[in-house]
Amino acid sequence: MEHFTKPSPVNKKFFTPGVLVLVLLALNGLIFLAGRLIFGIGAVTNLNNQYPWGIWIGIDVAAGVALAAGGFTTAALSHVIHKEQFHDILRPALLTAMLGYTFVALGVSIDIGRWYYIWHPLIMWNGNSALFEVGICVMMYLTVLYIEFLPVVTERFIGHVKLKSIFSFLNKPLDSLLRILDKGLSKVMFIFIILGVVLSTLHQSSLGTLMIIAGPKMHPLWQTPVLPLLFLLSAISVGFPMVIFESIIASRSLGLKTEMNLLSELGRMVPPILGIYLAFKIGDMVIRGTFVYLTEFNTASVMFVIEVLFGVIVPLRMFLSEAVLKSKPLLFIASALVIFGVLLNRINNFVVAYKPPYSYGPYFPSIGEISVTVGFISLLVLAYRFIVLNFPVISLPDKSFVPQSKFAIRGTQK
Amino acid sequence: MEKQNRRSFLKTSALIGAVATGISTKTANAKPKNILSEDRMGVLVDTTVCIGCRNCEWACKVAHNIPTEDRIKYEDRSVFKHMRRPQPNAYTVVNEYPNPKNAVLPTDVKVQCMHCDHPACVSACIVGAISKEENGSVIWDTKKCIGCRYCMVACPFQIPSFDYDKPLNPEIRKCDFCFERTKQGLLPACVKNCPVEALTYGPRNDLIKEARERIKRDPDRYLNHIYGETEAGGTSWLYLANQDFSKLAFPSPGDKPMPGTSESIQHGIFAYFVPPAFLYALLGGIMWITKKRNESK
Repeated sequence: MEHFTKPSPVNKKFFTPGVLVLVLLALNGLIFLAGRLIFGIGAVTNLNNQYPWGIWIGIDVAAGVALAAGGFTTAALSHVIHKEQFHDILRPALLTAMLGYTFVALGVSIDIGRWYYIWHPLIMWNGNSALFEVGICVMMYLTVLYIEFLPVVTERFIGHVKLKSIFSFLNKPLDSLLRILDKGLSKVMFIFIILGVVLSTLHQSSLGTLMIIAGPKMHPLWQTPVLPLLFLLSAISVGFPMVIFESIIASRSLGLKTEMNLLSELGRMVPPILGIYLAFKIGDMVIRGTFVYLTEFNTASVMFVIEVLFGVIVPLRMFLSEAVLKSKPLLFIASALVIFGVLLNRINNFVVAYKPPYSYGPYFPSIGEISVTVGFISLLVLAYRFIVLNFPVISLPDKSFVPQSKFAIRGTQK
Repeated sequence: MEKQNRRSFLKTSALIGAVATGISTKTANAKPKNILSEDRMGVLVDTTVCIGCRNCEWACKVAHNIPTEDRIKYEDRSVFKHMRRPQPNAYTVVNEYPNPKNAVLPTDVKVQCMHCDHPACVSACIVGAISKEENGSVIWDTKKCIGCRYCMVACPFQIPSFDYDKPLNPEIRKCDFCFERTKQGLLPACVKNCPVEALTYGPRNDLIKEARERIKRDPDRYLNHIYGETEAGGTSWLYLANQDFSKLAFPSPGDKPMPGTSESIQHGIFAYFVPPAFLYALLGGIMWITKKRNESK
């Protein structure tokens, strides 16, 4: 198969007005984060003995893990089933997953009371605990993601190690070290790729097992023994929409041409998975007879309807339409809806559905909690931008090949 | 990974299989102890006897080195206006509810950890810090705790509380059934200090017999229900009352142990690492076949 494109660093300036906004949001989040570290969790969050978990778990961790599913779904597609045409989206998806999980790990660390004991589960095991399983799998998968990303780093620096003055004697050994690493990695990488997919299936589903132990404290619309399966299916179905979503945003922000052919092909694979997820979700509702709760009018029923209707049914119909697959804005909207649906599902499962037997009032995230979550997302986007500008992640037309390829860059770069 | 051939692929797969088996035997041994002794102790709380003096609250704080208010303040009954819940600085609290049988004698209910026979918190704890002891106490090793608060999410009685305002070493806190005192043969502080013997400490099985006896002896006084006998799979603390327990703000967690479903799912998915190892092998197989097909094209 011929390759007209090659992953290369994008030649663009880091700072734009949008980036400045993100920097401000990130700083704001860091200020509240400092508050949490200095004054304790109670000082910046609305968490209490009634509601021990809030959006830091619901969004930063649960939704973060789900939305980073693009990494393992594209790895499975491109490396396991060997659909080579999707090679170009592998690295961006991998980068998103790597950054996503890094921020999941950060999110967990600041949510737990003793962040400096985050390593405890490594040596203190409890095989009965779903959280232990999630914790161990996420730590292992994060390591695997870093290993999978290493070739990008070696590729960037091989032949480019140019340390100045007193360190210059290190240039040669460093370069050969990178070359050995690169060669060794390419031989064993398949182990990590499969491991990454297995670990993802495990913890994506175990994340669903988390709330099962809460039993009757969780609203029956969500509390079901098949939660692990629903979590896994929804994670797989959000994988490709997430890749489409970020490709369109990244190409717009970096002034590159969107690879619509590829994205349409990806979009074509969404309906079967999303359809299976919907079937299980509705089937579970029918079997357990929980549709009776939909006749009530309250937060839970409204959120459930929004989640299923706008997060699953509408985008499913959209992805089935050829016109949507061919149109960039419509494909973008459809993908954004799936992402919205999974995000809302995680928030619903961990926050909305949680009804403690004794509570003094409903939980709503505080300014501090929202600021930290928004700050983390901003930091993630900034890190993404920094890395694609400096490392060979995004596939650009390879100058040594046909210059008039369909991936021509538009705009100022000539 | 382009250069991967079949031989090295099989070699590495075999290695991974061996590692997975190694890990699985280790986890099998690493299961937390789950002793359910026949002689485990419990407390029978007779809410029809309790006068709401809150001596137990005071004694509990003293026994656990928590600063207390002046003892005279505990006579103030205005605290009963609002329902109170256990806090990091109060492992037990007494709440008051109207008594339908006698308007001048309200029902007072002492609340603390129920010390479940199959505790959700023990199953949930990410580091296995919480344990059910042979004498029935559910206690925890605060040195292991990472403060994730999953025990609070899991607990059907909403008991564990957390030091939200401490930036360093915040602790999970709840009633420990006076584990340090009972170890020395002393009664739990609350039982010892109850002036009206509303609390009876003894082997759980005997307490159930005693509770049945009391109901039989005075069926007008008691509702025929021992709360805690079957709730959440059974608890060490048992309650008698003269009215429906839901009126006294007791939750209805059902009769099955809380960790049942999640543990069977968890062990079903992992089952000595066979399913993950199988998935690994399956994906490896698919990877190898599709690669060959691509090459032959």
